Amino acid sequence: MELLLKNGFVFDPINEINGERMDIAIRNGKIVESVSESKAKKIDVTGLTVMPGGVDIHTHIAGGEVNTGRLLRPEDHVKDVVRKTAITRSGVGYSIPSTFTTGYRYSRMGYTTVMNPSMAPLGAKHTHEELNDIPMLDKATFPLIGDWWFVLENLRKGDLEGCARHVAWMMNTTKGYAIKIVNPGGLESWGFGRNVHSIDDQVPNFGITPREIVQGLAKVNKMLNLPHTIHLHTNNLGLPGNYATTLDTMKALENMSTDGKPVCHITHLQFSSFGGEDWGTMKSAAEEISNYINNHSHMTFDMGQVIFTDTTTMTADGPFEFTLYQLSGHKWVNSDVETETSGGIIPFHYKKKNAVNAIQWSTALELALLIKDPWKMFMTTDHPNGGPFMSYPKIIAWLTSRKARMALLKKCHKKAQKKSLLPTIKRELSLYELAIVTRAGQAKSLGLTSKGHLGLGADADVSVYNLNPETTDIAQNPKIVRRAFADAAYTIKDGNVLVQNGKIVQTVSGKTMWLDVNTTEQLEVDDDMKSRFKEYWTVEYDNYPVYDHYVKVSDPIIIKADV
Amino acid sequence: MTVVKSEVVKSVTCPVCGCLCDDIELTIEEGKVTEVRNGCAMCESKFLNYISEHRVKTPLIRKDGKMVPVSYKEAIHKSAEILANANYPILYGWSSTDCEAQRVGVELAEEIGGVLDNTAVVCHGPSILGVQEAGIPTSTLGQIRHRADVIVYWGCDPWSAHPRHLERYTAFTDGRFEDSEWMSYINKVKASVGKKKFAAVKKRSLKCETEPEAISDNKPPETLNKEGRKLIVVDVRESMTGKVADYFVQVKPNKDFEILQAIRALVKDEDLDVEEVGGVPVEYLKEVVDTLINCQFGVIFFGMGLTQSAGKFRNIEIAISLVRDLNARTKFVIMPMRGHFNVTGANTVFTWQSGYPYAIDFSLGYPQYNPGETSVVDILLRKESDASLIIASDPASNFPKKAIEHMTKTPLIVIDPHMNVTSMVGDVVFPSTIVGLEKAGTAYRMDHVPLPLKKVVEPPEGLLSDEEILTRILEEVRVIKSQRMKGAN
Amino acid sequence: MVKQKLKVTLLTGRTIEQGVGKEAGKATQGYFESTTMAYMDICDMKKLGIKNRTNIQVTTPNGSVILRAVKHPRGAMPGMIYIPYGPWANAICSNETTSIGMPSFKGTPAEVEAAPEKPVLTLKELLKSEFGK
Repeated sequence: MELLLKNGFVFDPINEINGERMDIAIRNGKIVESVSESKAKKIDVTGLTVMPGGVDIHTHIAGGEVNTGRLLRPEDHVKDVVRKTAITRSGVGYSIPSTFTTGYRYSRMGYTTVMNPSMAPLGAKHTHEELNDIPMLDKATFPLIGDWWFVLENLRKGDLEGCARHVAWMMNTTKGYAIKIVNPGGLESWGFGRNVHSIDDQVPNFGITPREIVQGLAKVNKMLNLPHTIHLHTNNLGLPGNYATTLDTMKALENMSTDGKPVCHITHLQFSSFGGEDWGTMKSAAEEISNYINNHSHMTFDMGQVIFTDTTTMTADGPFEFTLYQLSGHKWVNSDVETETSGGIIPFHYKKKNAVNAIQWSTALELALLIKDPWKMFMTTDHPNGGPFMSYPKIIAWLTSRKARMALLKKCHKKAQKKSLLPTIKRELSLYELAIVTRAGQAKSLGLTSKGHLGLGADADVSVYNLNPETTDIAQNPKIVRRAFADAAYTIKDGNVLVQNGKIVQTVSGKTMWLDVNTTEQLEVDDDMKSRFKEYWTVEYDNYPVYDHYVKVSDPIIIKADV
Repeated sequence: MTVVKSEVVKSVTCPVCGCLCDDIELTIEEGKVTEVRNGCAMCESKFLNYISEHRVKTPLIRKDGKMVPVSYKEAIHKSAEILANANYPILYGWSSTDCEAQRVGVELAEEIGGVLDNTAVVCHGPSILGVQEAGIPTSTLGQIRHRADVIVYWGCDPWSAHPRHLERYTAFTDGRFEDSEWMSYINKVKASVGKKKFAAVKKRSLKCETEPEAISDNKPPETLNKEGRKLIVVDVRESMTGKVADYFVQVKPNKDFEILQAIRALVKDEDLDVEEVGGVPVEYLKEVVDTLINCQFGVIFFGMGLTQSAGKFRNIEIAISLVRDLNARTKFVIMPMRGHFNVTGANTVFTWQSGYPYAIDFSLGYPQYNPGETSVVDILLRKESDASLIIASDPASNFPKKAIEHMTKTPLIVIDPHMNVTSMVGDVVFPSTIVGLEKAGTAYRMDHVPLPLKKVVEPPEGLLSDEEILTRILEEVRVIKSQRMKGAN
Repeated sequence: MVKQKLKVTLLTGRTIEQGVGKEAGKATQGYFESTTMAYMDICDMKKLGIKNRTNIQVTTPNGSVILRAVKHPRGAMPGMIYIPYGPWANAICSNETTSIGMPSFKGTPAEVEAAPEKPVLTLKELLKSEFGK
């Protein structure tokens, strides 16, 4: 099938195309040089903005934790119900949408690829079953292995190669895409109700520190040649004064980069950039954090923007959710997973008139605007932790329009207004920069070579927005911008038109991408695993892996490791 | 001469209870299971009795009051007609089939605007309501195996309902940080022989008629203060599990809520002005509370004793609240003892597709959830449904009589490998293959760990799986509906 | 002689025999045996003047059913009877879902009397008498 998008304003930062009027030609699901004008289906996109399909580097949309959140919150669903149509399934929305609804809503905003960043390996089959039921998108998922006993034990022994082979085994076994580390050492400590409080605290019973875990896994990531870096949720997340821990963590990784490429992605940076000493003195540390980042290039980040709404926090950081429970007294889920990780859920309502919440809102924007290089800092809400992904158009408006964010700041708690750096920040993102923080930069950080751009051979994932950059001053018209990015004029995936003017016109399954990591000595690891399996887990070795039939549309990426 | 081929299949997941033991070894000879290793009595019963005279061999349709064998095609068409024409059908069961069939079930319920409910409604539905009120601090079973030094079973009897729970996950197993209890268990059995002799003497000397109120002495034994794992059982009668416990607390029926509240007060160092609560002296409760707050890692497992007696979901909410309180003092988790092998899977699949775990009403075109209103027992008691599809469960042997009465008065479709009580009163009865034996699939353990179910033998010739039957009914429903649309135009 | 009636609390629940029986098949003798009995305290049985395995009639506002009384093997449970889950238990247990969907299977009041002369209905007889099917 051939498709020709005619005469749009194209923003394709990877190929350094900045708003040029161009045609995009598509054949068999890929971007090509040209197609036959007479045969191809033509769509006139004159006066519209054309970008690569949106890429989300960090959004909790599937798996045990997310689903427990759905189960926990019928009150979240009743305010946002979704009817069945002739081609789409029914469901519920808001902060933890049902699977089908998740796919439809991302697609409506022009997104085509999303990363589920948190998967307990023991529940990997569950995550993949849910991903199969999320249509419209290409997906991948990151196993949580920062507190996995095999990692702790191998690193403690100083056996990096052994650690690397075990991680490779895990990546293949769970059909994962990247190494996810959450509160390293803290999750194992949480097994007995404790936590670690700095990157040099000892993990009880294991004689290892968070610093050693993060450094070790960063090295392992390199030895395995994984496309993305380690994906890190820092220690002390969500606590006043934690920016010091974040700086320590970044410094601990400074010397890891040998080829100038990033070695770590710190996710939802806002939650790791708190200043002050307690909740009363809590303030933004965006200045300190962004200063460091502007002078170093070994890491990438995403925002973790807070939205003023009722949402559901969920993370593998069990001790952090316990802290939130103690602060809020809300209904609280804790879900520890043997040998691997922990988890927790708390419903949370971010309020403008709450000083801490308002400071968090401001901090995320300060970070995104103060970090000069858009290739380092991407747009997320850490869905649903900071707010539902459906709020992205709002964030786009705040990033591109000083007017929009200042209007909201004025409604915030006085203390937050006084402390906020936003009044001093003039920067407004251009559409070119916006394309970086919402797709190109994310794809690059993830190592997705055929996504996030519209060069020859790229996947034909394209979004078209009802926005004319020549006639609309985006900084002055945040409402138009919001509307444009909420309902794409067209979302095209693998050359198929899925969305037209915000309406789903066709549904597709989407692929699940995963890493098939080839190491030299896989068998040895298997034997080691088999012998210790019964001791470590309560399931049999044969029943642990995510077998091929658990992935509906499988897209394995073959990786040749150095070990 | 023929050689009997014998093959041993290992790591088979047992499709009976929520323990989902996945270490079963089956010996297969000439396509039949001849030996079961590692399984409990229920597991053996399932794997050794599957070929029996109680297996339905072909679909049946009730014609003039008699069940008549028909083809799958006819039964599927008949079922699709019933469902496509129904105004408010119920689709109930789902707990003894795989997630693959459950997925189709949601789609079918949505297509016909029916009410989708599962057996949780009569077992752990109140637990789900309790979780929706208070959350749930929990963990996987291995976490308990590795770490728990206090294990409480409240209103449940794993010895009878989840026979390998103790040996695989809790008191009688080894973990990284906690040792096995087998030695102390064996010692206890020896001691109990002595106890029996004492009891026999006591029996002769006491006339039981004189004190019918004295349930048991409820006195905490010395073992509660011993080192290592402690097993506490709370129940209204001395169950099999109660017999092996370090401490058995016998409560009066319907008094669980009071006792849980009393324990909460004691955990918060509040004093109680009464001598006893729910049949248990406060002094003894205090010793139990000491044990709870001084542990490294504690767990409460609870069952129907809490969900089905007075208070129902309030009992669960308060038990969860107790565990929330205990987490201020130590590490504590709580878990429902889910019954059917894949009831957890049904709740899981329903939730990811619709947002809700059970009692989901699709009659308005989107999922609605309000147990008590959208739950099947209530719908049946209100006589609102006009057709039923029952799959992988047997409500006729689990629901109150009045509810079944209405179900038998409207068209009733039953899908089950066996002729169960519900199929005996059904109008269209489908035999299906046995999931986890004749069909591969997925199930979720009580702690939400997904496990693969194996196909180890070939099903009887011609039999379809639950998933296939449902898929074909769904296709047929769509055909009927589109024909009707055309007719209307 | 006036027949002795005993007021008790009705509990229904799982037993291992019922669990094994249900896996073997609902029409099996094992399932019948395990679901048509009622555990009672020995003292209560004496009050009714019955021996182990004597038939009893259990009556609640929801119905009445004949079962075999069996002495509870462990511990005391005066004032309670325990019937394994099954069609016979359902014939008498409470419908009351207290508006949350769950019938009251445990802890409802019942009356027990000796009925040595009355037979326990078979599954077929029970279904016929209750639902006419």
